[in-house]
Formats: sequence, structure tokens, C-alpha cells
Amino acid sequence: MSDEIKFPVEATHILMFARAVGDDNPIYRDAEYAARSEAGGIIAPPTFPRAVSQFDPTYPMRPKPGQKWFGSGKNPTGLDGPAPTSGGLHAEQHFEYHRQLRPGDVLTVTIKDGATWEKESKRAGKLLFQERIQEYRDEEGELVITARAVSVKTERPVEQS
Amino acid sequence: MPLSAKKLKVGDTHEEIVVDDLTRTQLVMYAGASGDYNPLHTDDLYTREVAGYPGVFAHGMLSMGMTGKMLTNYVGDGRLTKYGVRFTNQVWPGDTLTAKATVTAIREDSGQQVVDLAVETVNQDGKTVLTGSATARIDP
Repeated sequence: MSDEIKFPVEATHILMFARAVGDDNPIYRDAEYAARSEAGGIIAPPTFPRAVSQFDPTYPMRPKPGQKWFGSGKNPTGLDGPAPTSGGLHAEQHFEYHRQLRPGDVLTVTIKDGATWEKESKRAGKLLFQERIQEYRDEEGELVITARAVSVKTERPVEQS
Repeated sequence: MPLSAKKLKVGDTHEEIVVDDLTRTQLVMYAGASGDYNPLHTDDLYTREVAGYPGVFAHGMLSMGMTGKMLTNYVGDGRLTKYGVRFTNQVWPGDTLTAKATVTAIREDSGQQVVDLAVETVNQDGKTVLTGSATARIDP
């Protein structure tokens, strides 16, 4: 994961993201409707900030040309050993919106490691938690969004009850 | 329509079915839009044989995104100031999710009326898949 990412917010990306979460609200795709609304223009859905991953040059959850990928091809995994990221799940996600994201915003996103902690669980063994804080700033340097993500590495796959 | 402090009370609820029979195709759409191509969400062979799960399952962020649709439908566009969740159970293809917001407080924050909401999303078996909270600006 890179420490600083440039994140251009684009209308087509917002449209695709809203479709993917099943949200047909015209505020995410119809410029004329949005102009007449309280928001005054197209805005991004609340969880859109995570799509910054698209712009992270070293994001580990995206296959890269010429590099082995841990998903399946000829075999169930393209790697010889275990995937470096296997066992990782998303445990928590928090957003604070200082203003709405709009197409045309060019954000600079900085990522800092936060706390780490451990927990024992019946369903997945030892759990290792890692917190990350992301700050999204606009071209004027104003803070637009603060995000806190917690990921968890499980000792074994989560048992299904 | 934005919410009004006059018409709201603690304990009020709003709920919506945010997905009915979640498809694997929607998981692919979410991977493409978000940029999270973790094969756990789109690659059944990898997920069963390497990761040890019964099959592909939804990105936590997809559940949070679908729950966010219920929230913005309730509080109005561009009104959220905070939204956070914990993922408590995995969401699988075929699941039907109902997301619910419950008013926990109506208060003033730096001269602005806001509502605090408890958020919970459950699957068709009544199992909680996500819990959280949100805050939104409301009208007086």
C-alpha cells in the first residue's frame, strides 16, 4: 500500500460504483437532476472513498501484468506458496465526511498505520487486528474525508455457524 | 426529503431490503468499481480450494455500500457526516439483506441539528451481518 495516493474523482467512476452497490439514485449519475437538488450537483455515494484503491499503484488486491497472482488460472492459485494476503478480512470501516465528494475533485490521500491488537475467537482462532487511518484532502489542502479501517488476519477460515 | 428535528423522535426506525438474492455478478461489479479484486469475492475455485471457504462471499464494503443506500434514502443526499460499521458475519450469494436505522439521539452540534442513528443489517435468517452508527444533518 502506498503512503500517498492521488485520487481523481470522476463522474463515470461514481456511476459505476453506485450501480455496483445497487443504488439507482439519480444524484449519482444525472447532472441535470443533481443540479436542481439540494446537493447542487453530482456527489459520490458514502462508501465511494474506498475506491481510492484503483489509484494505489501498489495495491495488493489487484493483479499486475507480468506478476503472479494468487487467484486461480490453470491451478486454484497462481502462487507456489501461500498467498501473502491470505486470511485477511475487513473488520471495521468508519468515515467522517467534512464535505461531499464531487466529480472534478482531485484528492491526495495519505495512509498511516494505527493501532494493532490481538484477540482469541472460537470461530477463527487467533485474530490479529490492524488499524489504518486515511486522510483525504482536496487541492486546497482542506480535509474532505477521514477514514479508519480495521483489517483482521484470522488463524484459520471463519467457521460457519 | 431531509429529516426534520420536529418530526423525529428517539426510537424511530427506517428499514429497507437493500438486496434480494445477491448475485455473483454483483460481486464482480463491486470488484470492478471499487478496485478490490481479492479472489475471495469472485474466484470460487481459489476460495474453496485455497482459502478454505464454502465459496465466494461479498466484500464487506459491498454490504456497507448497500446499507449506505438505505441511510441516504432516509436522511437525504449529501447529509451524512459520519458512517461507520463493524462486519460481524459474511454475506453470501443468494442472501437477502434488510438494513435498518434507529434514531438514538437528536441533538445540536456546532449550531447544526443532527440525528444519530444505530445501523444494523440482517440476512434472511435474521443473522446480523453488520452493525454500526451514523450521524446526519437534519432540518430544525
